[in-house]
Amino acid sequence: MVFKRKTEDEVLQTERYQINLGPQHPSTHGVYQAILTLDGETVIDVENVIGYLHRGIEKLAEDRTYTQIIPYTDRLDYIAAMLNNLGYVQTVEKLLDIEIPERAEYLRVIMAELQRIASHMVFIGSFAIDIASITGWMYNFRDREKILDLLEMTCGSRITTSYMRIGGVAEDIPADFIPILERVLRELPEGLEEYDELLTGNEILIGRTKGVGVIDIDTALDYGIGGPNLRACGLPFDLRKVRPYGIYDRFDFEVPTGENGDSFDRFKIRLDEIRQSIRIIEQAIDNIPEGSVKSKVPRNIKPNAGEVYHQIEGARGILGYYLVSDGSTKPYRLHIHSPSLMSLGVFPEMTKGELIQDAVVNLASIDIVLGEIDR
Amino acid sequence: MESLFINIGNLCREKVVELTEVLNLPEAFAGYFMVLIYAIAILTFVLLNAIVLVYLERKIAAYLQQRLGPNRVGPRGILQSLADVVKLLGKEDIIPRAADKWIFRLAAVLVIVPTVMVYAVIPFGKDMIAVDLNIGIFYFIAISSTATIALLMAGWGSNNKYSLLGSMRVVAQMVSYEIPLVFSMLGVIMIAGSLQMSDIVAAQKDMWFIVFQPVAFLIFIIAATAELNRGPFDLPEGEQEIIAGPFTEYSGMRYALFFTAEYANLISTSAIAATLFLGGPSGPWLPSWMWFLIKVYAMILFFMWIRWTIPRIRIDHLMKLNWKFLVPLSLVNIFVTGVALKLFSGW
Repeated sequence: MVFKRKTEDEVLQTERYQINLGPQHPSTHGVYQAILTLDGETVIDVENVIGYLHRGIEKLAEDRTYTQIIPYTDRLDYIAAMLNNLGYVQTVEKLLDIEIPERAEYLRVIMAELQRIASHMVFIGSFAIDIASITGWMYNFRDREKILDLLEMTCGSRITTSYMRIGGVAEDIPADFIPILERVLRELPEGLEEYDELLTGNEILIGRTKGVGVIDIDTALDYGIGGPNLRACGLPFDLRKVRPYGIYDRFDFEVPTGENGDSFDRFKIRLDEIRQSIRIIEQAIDNIPEGSVKSKVPRNIKPNAGEVYHQIEGARGILGYYLVSDGSTKPYRLHIHSPSLMSLGVFPEMTKGELIQDAVVNLASIDIVLGEIDR
Repeated sequence: MESLFINIGNLCREKVVELTEVLNLPEAFAGYFMVLIYAIAILTFVLLNAIVLVYLERKIAAYLQQRLGPNRVGPRGILQSLADVVKLLGKEDIIPRAADKWIFRLAAVLVIVPTVMVYAVIPFGKDMIAVDLNIGIFYFIAISSTATIALLMAGWGSNNKYSLLGSMRVVAQMVSYEIPLVFSMLGVIMIAGSLQMSDIVAAQKDMWFIVFQPVAFLIFIIAATAELNRGPFDLPEGEQEIIAGPFTEYSGMRYALFFTAEYANLISTSAIAATLFLGGPSGPWLPSWMWFLIKVYAMILFFMWIRWTIPRIRIDHLMKLNWKFLVPLSLVNIFVTGVALKLFSGW
């Protein structure tokens, strides 16, 4: 019998094992499964398993008229329904080449930015809860509630808004909307300061997120991620600035960027973006004109045959709609470019070699919504 | 009021002695009966307080998070914990097929045993210690550290990867943090010159030890939070990562036992903190046992406040904090205490 002296690596290695993070798990933010290969607490490999929430929205759209598709877009990114509505109706408007009234444009901006704030608050809250700061979650939801109340005032619905219409918006805002909105905008910065005190400055949070889950700019571009996740890497790429759609070129706002592309930057950048969104809404309130909120659009929308791609800055990144029309009342094909899917792609790469606790934080930091990934 | 419970104890003792005489039992039996009575009294205390704490924790969490908390069962939801207990009693007792059945069953029992045992040395009031051991503190440390085994058994017996991960974290964390915990107690013991609880309480007659040993108190609080598996050191049951750690597979009353043990540990550790650093049951005007309860609950509220404010620490930071900061600091504290004692041995 020959005894071979084991090298140090062989001695220290423990048995690798796999655990299923999801599809039913508190931190997967929906029905998503990650198969983690672990060595002790260290993540060696991650395999994304998606498709649990597949409803075939793209296929369903082929059998609906252009207007009927709007409620389906609510169910994509159910945290930011307004932005989905906006992206879709602007795509159809681009296809039809129609102008929409000024007031509707401003209302769209107000609603979109309110929705962006609400969405980022869900992010901050769920990020907080994933590092076990449950109080941070409750604070965010307290403030998000005010925004949801505003959305409810406008369109009667809090989550699935279906507010945008082809050629404008569904209806004008009620008379007391603007005063309440102004009050909410005054109160929001106080809430932001509270999050800063509770979360941003917290040593444990900084320790757990600084230098964790780093994505460099090249990787980010390779994977095609956009939005706050890309900006956290240091690239000031915001579609509202770079390729303004709607009336975004009229607003004065900054594009906050991160430095290292780590989880902390991705967290921080959302806080900064909320502040910028508040600025945009304030300017919109000042400049909003009177007038109608819907232009004349035929009841049966029949675009000419052709195709169109339009993308907007969603709450999670570049939200794109690709429509192919065959001249009938229903689209021949609708494809949705969903930002969460892009972000999820980079999750295995950024998590390999880190701890299982980091994996949870990384997953929270890229801000995925499963409704959008599986469609 | 002061000697309310002592009088009750004495009354019991008289009755028990009478009873043994009537039954013609050997005299030693009176002692055994008294131990039983003490044990029942302690169990009652632990369970009652655990029920109160469940309610208190939920209300405090709600208060910190700007919501209402339980408010449906009874006035201000005060009967919520009772409703929970009833619910847990009625739940199906599930043992997974793949589980190591005996270890799985035994773990739930074993976890509660040491937690109740440590109450033997806790001075609830003046002359109100069940057993005033001359190695009281040592007994507390020795017994409470055995709870680690029960949690490891729970994780191993469940035959679930999440449970095993959780129980491994328990072992790593509890064994490591025991060291600074004990070292922080050493400073107090050196000043008091005794391991006996009554002596330590008596030594704080003029001044609480928190004044002489602020660093030790700080280390004790941190290490105790880790020992209690409470936030920010609640890694073993890190819900977001490993569901519920060792308790994942437990349901019904077995789960309730773990839950009770956790709150019982919280009370006993707070009691030890109050005894070692906050002067134990001594205080003016009010009866001593009331003072003790006030101090214990002040500590408990502090632990709860921390838990609901701070996020969870990462496992490598946890270990670094222990071995690179708390252990050296506690050693320095012992050294400084020793030098100071030598210099001002008038204490």
